[in-house]
Amino acid sequence: MTVTRRTALKTLAAAGAAAAVAPGAAEARVVRKPSDEDYGLLVDVALCVGCRACMTKCREANGLKPDVQEIGGVPYDAPLDMNGQTLTVIKRFDEDGASGFVKAQCMHCAHPSCVSVCMLGALHKAEHGVVAYDVDRCVGCRYCQVGCPFNVPKFEWAKAVPKIVKCELCRHRYKDGKFAACAEACPREAVVFGKRGELLALARSRLAASPEAYQPKIYGEHDAGGTAVLYLSPVAFETVGLPALGKEPGPELSESIQHGIYQGFVAPVVLLGALSFVTWRNHKKVSGEEER
Amino acid sequence: MNAHRPRPVEGKILGPGVKLMLVLWAAASVVILFRFFLGLGATTAMNDGYPWGLWIAFDVVVGTGLASGGYAMALLVFVFNKGRYHPLVRPALLTSLLGYSIAGIAVVFDVGRWWNLWRVPVMPWEWNGTSVLLEVALCIMAYVAVLALEISPAVLERWREEGKTARAELARAWLPRIEKALPLIVALGILLPTMHQSSIGALLLVAGTKLHGLWHTGLLPLLFLLTAFGMGYAVIYFESIFSSVAFGRAMETRLLARLGVVVAAVLLAFVVVRFGGILAAGRMGLVFTSGHLTFFFLLETALFLLAAWLFLQQHTHATPATQLQAALLALGGGALYRIDTFLTAYSPGNGWSYFPSVGEIVVTLGLVATETVLYVTIVKKFPILAGVTVGATRPEPAGLEQGAT
Repeated sequence: MTVTRRTALKTLAAAGAAAAVAPGAAEARVVRKPSDEDYGLLVDVALCVGCRACMTKCREANGLKPDVQEIGGVPYDAPLDMNGQTLTVIKRFDEDGASGFVKAQCMHCAHPSCVSVCMLGALHKAEHGVVAYDVDRCVGCRYCQVGCPFNVPKFEWAKAVPKIVKCELCRHRYKDGKFAACAEACPREAVVFGKRGELLALARSRLAASPEAYQPKIYGEHDAGGTAVLYLSPVAFETVGLPALGKEPGPELSESIQHGIYQGFVAPVVLLGALSFVTWRNHKKVSGEEER
Repeated sequence: MNAHRPRPVEGKILGPGVKLMLVLWAAASVVILFRFFLGLGATTAMNDGYPWGLWIAFDVVVGTGLASGGYAMALLVFVFNKGRYHPLVRPALLTSLLGYSIAGIAVVFDVGRWWNLWRVPVMPWEWNGTSVLLEVALCIMAYVAVLALEISPAVLERWREEGKTARAELARAWLPRIEKALPLIVALGILLPTMHQSSIGALLLVAGTKLHGLWHTGLLPLLFLLTAFGMGYAVIYFESIFSSVAFGRAMETRLLARLGVVVAAVLLAFVVVRFGGILAAGRMGLVFTSGHLTFFFLLETALFLLAAWLFLQQHTHATPATQLQAALLALGGGALYRIDTFLTAYSPGNGWSYFPSVGEIVVTLGLVATETVLYVTIVKKFPILAGVTVGATRPEPAGLEQGAT
């Protein structure tokens, strides 16, 4: 009895050690870095006057119905947040005497959590770094909603045949030489579409021209591993709804732990071998022998 | 000797308990019709902030934890060679198979685009290697198949007795083959839950900004693995005592008593690892400053510690009633920890809130009812439970205070 238990422990320990050493061999996990060529937006909170032209134009360009709420018998298209038919929204902030408007939409992370967690790659990094959605590969598990630190992907809760809805940076318009509709509609260059490298340069020049108007930082340059949508803000970024995320990409922890355990599938295979061996040995011993 | 062999319990299927279950099942079916024709928003309280609700947190995450008995017992009996627990293995495997199947059904109800689910196992070229959920899904699918194989001798043994029927021939042909492949099947039956039970915890690693600091830790995979063991062993008590009372078979009090140390060790390991992680992260302060989450954290910890303490006491193992109390505390602790990780301690911010709708609760109850009816039916028809006296007049159910062996 004790002998076989010791054998079991020894075999399992050896397997564990082998599995722990093996992964060191290859470090293959790809962490996508932001590229200057990625398409993105610069959102300048200091310039936004809250006209919501971007929201209207976004609906039009993406064929989304207005989100009408009747208030006192009067219909308004004024969604409180992004939702199953709203890809971008203007919100007001009011804190410590400072107030204004801020636009929210997908941040188009360089290494996004939603893409990392998506089972069949329905959410994926498409051309120009756009975080795109392929409905045919989506099972509607909503893990992307759990994973996204910006709460961007939305689900069509009211439909029997639902899908995930999120900003895809108007990628369907590129072939016609048109780009993000929100930026096209903005009358004050508070939202500018462009390549990330150019947007960073533009943001830096705005910061340099009037440093007193902004926080001394471009949100998204390094945050969450870098995003293609960048923000300038006169107030703390958390005040305008942008969480403090550090410089690691969102999926860093989960990917490094899963990757450490499942590297090349060595650990599971070794463990399976060890378990089979111990079970087979015990099985042979027990057959015939009466249990205690 | 024969009393130790698993036997069908026999007896009528349609008792009053089963009728109540059928009512629950019918109510749940109505909700599910609405869910499929009107969508998830019409029937559940889930929202864009809480995309996972009761069906995932309870039916899948707690449900497969409760269904870890087959895993926990297989490890003990086949790897650590504790043959004396062998009578507990088959019923444990059956509850595991039922629990995992029910979780699978809950997933079909829960996902928005359920008709696309078939793509998950059959389209490896679409697999995203970084998706923890993909690993959980594939592992669980494979494990249900392995469980079916592990339990198949129970069905085949019954068929074999039938004489000259086709399925008796089938049974005679396949029983030896399965017997031969058993070490590999058992090994898979341990490997797969080790992978997906830890990965269920790893699902929330990515939600670092949403999960409270007392729950979010790199140790989530290990903590979920430990709760799988804790709940797996504890559920063996529940099920053994339940089936003794329900079917008037002998209590397994003495056998269960020897398992007490194992359960206690697992429960204590959980508490040690958890506090170790919190200390290492310098988050001890959160234990006292987290409002209602302080309460839930302390309640979980208290349940684990109390259960562990009870399992180590000799007087606990004097009667099935006290054993059952200890087991229920351990199950409560494990279930609460898992629910808290997926719902209570999960906060997307922005004023989102979630409490399950009546429809969600009815469906969950309906699934639990289905599982219970299936269990009762199967143990009556197939040789699952040991200690069943066949042909004897059915004795009155043994009282819980009675310390039979």
